Amino acid sequence: MTFAPDRPYRLHPSVGLRPEGFGALAYHYETRRLTFVKDAELTDVLRRLADYPDVLSTLIALGVPAARHAGFVAALARLAAAEVICDRG
Amino acid sequence: MTAVSLVEQMAGGLHAPVCLTWELTYGCNLACTHCLSSSGRRDPDELSTAECRAVIDELASMQVFYVNLGGGEPTLRPDFWEIVDYAIQRKVGVKFSTNGTRLDPAAARRIAGTDYLDVQVSLDGTSAAVNDAIRGAGSHAAAVRAMDNLAAAGAKGFKLSVVVTRDNVDQLDEFHELAGRYSAQLRLTRLRPSGRGADVWGQLHPTQAQQRQLHTWLVQHPRTLTGDSFFHLSALGERLAGLNLCGAGRVVCLIDPIGDVYACPFVLHDRFKAGNVRAAGGFTSVWRDSQLFTELRAPASPGACGSCGSYDACRGGCMAAKFFTGLELDDPDPECVLGHGEAALLARTGAAAPHPGRGHSHGAGSEPVLVRLGRRPD
Repeated sequence: MTFAPDRPYRLHPSVGLRPEGFGALAYHYETRRLTFVKDAELTDVLRRLADYPDVLSTLIALGVPAARHAGFVAALARLAAAEVICDRG
Repeated sequence: MTAVSLVEQMAGGLHAPVCLTWELTYGCNLACTHCLSSSGRRDPDELSTAECRAVIDELASMQVFYVNLGGGEPTLRPDFWEIVDYAIQRKVGVKFSTNGTRLDPAAARRIAGTDYLDVQVSLDGTSAAVNDAIRGAGSHAAAVRAMDNLAAAGAKGFKLSVVVTRDNVDQLDEFHELAGRYSAQLRLTRLRPSGRGADVWGQLHPTQAQQRQLHTWLVQHPRTLTGDSFFHLSALGERLAGLNLCGAGRVVCLIDPIGDVYACPFVLHDRFKAGNVRAAGGFTSVWRDSQLFTELRAPASPGACGSCGSYDACRGGCMAAKFFTGLELDDPDPECVLGHGEAALLARTGAAAPHPGRGHSHGAGSEPVLVRLGRRPD
């Protein structure tokens, strides 16, 4: 499924997220893939995605500047492809 | 997005290890000539079941995602499955290494039916002749039987784990084909002069020509698992997949059967012992605060490799390989693909290489005698 920033997402239920100095390590217990989340703000977004109706409103609510939305959306699309996050609709 | 590169962040250490090896017992029913931990007899001081559970509790609270259980032969512990089940219950995934001798149909069904449990079967030759010269008579047949049992139970994606040697480097295509036949993943690791491996490394480590052959093969087969084992080969040009970084004490560490914590699975020697999980503060404080790990996380001097244009690719190679061949830690790797290691080995002036000792080996003469196959390739 293609990533849609106007849809509701969440951290994948099989993913563990561990805070690190550079952001976080995400481990998917089923695919056994380790993903580096190389940004603290992006880590925050991952944690809070489930609290908001869609991706874009998460970015706005967490105060991510509009100029950086495209970069965050691209990063989240990659994380969706790696099943670190998933659609909760 | 961040000013500091990921590699620098990793080199500075993580809140918890990514790749934690935990050797549950020194007991083993085989006596491989290259055993990293010189295993054979159980140690009377091995961690009890309750102490193992306490270690797992710590790993769970540190959010260690998974642990690599090994030994010795870990399944020889009567509480092996109890430890596995407890770890999984605490959401610490388990991969375990086995020689396969005890992986009967019931164990295979158990593995196939358990989430977050993964197994790797060790095999060091596609033929009994090559394998058994290292791992002992009958060990090839036992590993194949184990893989047959796993396949019959429907376990897919298990690992076939191979230590690359002078004698099996020509079998990589056969290993690849064998793993494919079982829907398994091939995992190749580097032979280290650690444990009993110190005694056979000179005869068994791949020649320079074989290292180039191995590099080419790995570049052509990027899905092969290596545990970042071969980053010293990256000096040949094309970088291999992985971090290309010595993770000792930074990303990786080892807990031995009596609870001692070492910087990596290849340095079971006092020089690289960081502490013990039984001490106050447990594993967490060893990982976060031990003097050794703090030192290892400080920026390393490139030493003798500073003038070589390839240092950024190979980072000077493997600490354990240098230490157990009598080199200084800032010398080139003894298997440096640009030949600097051979020069360093010839120029050794200090005392003899620190011998890892016989550890928990069975009595003298119990290991298979290494018989050369055909002519020496070099």
